[in-house]
Amino acid sequence: MKYILLMTGTKAGVDSYKQWSKSDIEAHFAFLHRLNKELSESAELVANEGLAAPERARIVKAGKDGMPVTDGIFPESKEFLLGYWIVDVEGPERAYEIAARISAGPAPGGASTSMPIEVRQIMSRRTGELA
Amino acid sequence: MTGRFPDEHAEHLLRELAPQVLSAVTRRFRDFAAAEDAVQEALITATLKWPQTGLPENPRGWLIRVASRRMMDYLRSEEARHGRENEVGIESARQAEAAEMEPQSDEDDTLNLFFMCCHPSLTPASAIALILRALGGLTTAEIAHAFFVPESTMAQRISRAKAGIKSSGAHFSAPTPHERAERLRAVLHVLYLIFNEGYTASGGPQVQRVELSREAIRLARCLHGVIPDDPEVAGLLSLMLLTDARRAARTTPDEELIPLDKQDRSLWDQAEIAEGTALVRDAIAKGAIGIYQLQAAIAALHDEASRAEDTDWPQILALYDLMKHMSDNPMVALNHAVAAAMVHGPSKGLELLRALDGDPRIAGHHRLDAVRAHLLEMTGDYPSAITHYRLAASRTTSLPEQRYLQLQVARLIETPQQRPS
Repeated sequence: MKYILLMTGTKAGVDSYKQWSKSDIEAHFAFLHRLNKELSESAELVANEGLAAPERARIVKAGKDGMPVTDGIFPESKEFLLGYWIVDVEGPERAYEIAARISAGPAPGGASTSMPIEVRQIMSRRTGELA
Repeated sequence: MTGRFPDEHAEHLLRELAPQVLSAVTRRFRDFAAAEDAVQEALITATLKWPQTGLPENPRGWLIRVASRRMMDYLRSEEARHGRENEVGIESARQAEAAEMEPQSDEDDTLNLFFMCCHPSLTPASAIALILRALGGLTTAEIAHAFFVPESTMAQRISRAKAGIKSSGAHFSAPTPHERAERLRAVLHVLYLIFNEGYTASGGPQVQRVELSREAIRLARCLHGVIPDDPEVAGLLSLMLLTDARRAARTTPDEELIPLDKQDRSLWDQAEIAEGTALVRDAIAKGAIGIYQLQAAIAALHDEASRAEDTDWPQILALYDLMKHMSDNPMVALNHAVAAAMVHGPSKGLELLRALDGDPRIAGHHRLDAVRAHLLEMTGDYPSAITHYRLAASRTTSLPEQRYLQLQVARLIETPQQRPS
């Protein structure tokens, strides 16, 4: 079963991250690197990407002529996606376990980030027994 | 099927030979994991060479020779790495060469490969990957593509599977008679999972995708060829054929699901139906009835009806009755309720469904909601049917099913309510 693990954050969270010390940042990236290596070795990693800063995000709608009309997003007011993992695992418990590992990633002062990770199952194209 | 060859005959031959070559090399060198790699390399070499040189006179011997050469290279490099300790490896290979004369049949060897790939130490996902490569002769890239994961992830899954087998100390030999039935059940389950994995709506954007249901049929056919007298192996092959026969009628061109009773039956594959029906008839005649044979017999009854209203539901219900006695799988109970509804009316079916509400294995499962919705629709209670179709749509994890269920909601909303008669 495939799951997507969505890491979302707030502007406040990102602003505080910008104050992290070099060693805090290094520790966090070392942790992420280790985690991805483990997920590769366990043959569970399908994809992992981080997204560019929300300041660069644009909300796009089709205008009357079908051409894109873009607008900035206003990160003060909402949570936004920072990055995601797609994993192929035996069942939901394992997906939750990986999400908890991500949430327990190191933050300054020996704490963990405790970031909320949204776990969503990816739908299959199987037709089951209907037809 | 993604062709490795422009020539379909050579492609087919190569994949037919893959398990035979692997069993010969494994027997000779007594190292399944390394032999599997060597055979995979030999297959790739053949892919590159044969189109230029033409088919060798004895393709099987050619592949065994090339794979054995790879094995010797591997053992020598291991020897160089570990010093003398691995001389014993080369020595045992030499001895095994003599053992090759032992009168063990290809059939036994192929069967042992099936057992090896579905070893109890493996997760289903690992067993599936390994069996498709080792016995199906597919490349890692093809398997990765079929499961929508990166090739590196699939390669890792296969090498972990082989490492798992190695560390469990499994030998390339037949399981004890005591274990055999259970091990064979595991093999059948893995083949069944591969078939279901390939049972997708899509033909469109994935033209390059290996058809997993076809691969499962190939593997089941191979297993049936090895142990033709086993009625459950025949039953599973029959079930796959009788289900696959409806493939062309199962979806609209834009991938909308068409339920069994609405399918254009002229699109069903009559050759597959004939083969599947004959297989299950012979299997049942042997007397050892099992779950796969019963499912196949039910599929045959559906396939034999030239119109949905000609379906022999009393006979299907009798077979589900039998199945319910043999298995406490709630999916069997669910299908039994559908058959009962078709014979005795929807109220009977709904009554049987109520018994399933207390079963944690199926309560909250979208299939229970979908069946309940269908039976409620049959009673004319559209508002309740809509509620349960909606529940089912929100609970399924299959995209085509979700779309189908949502369409049922829309259809009922647009249908004027009839008073239940």
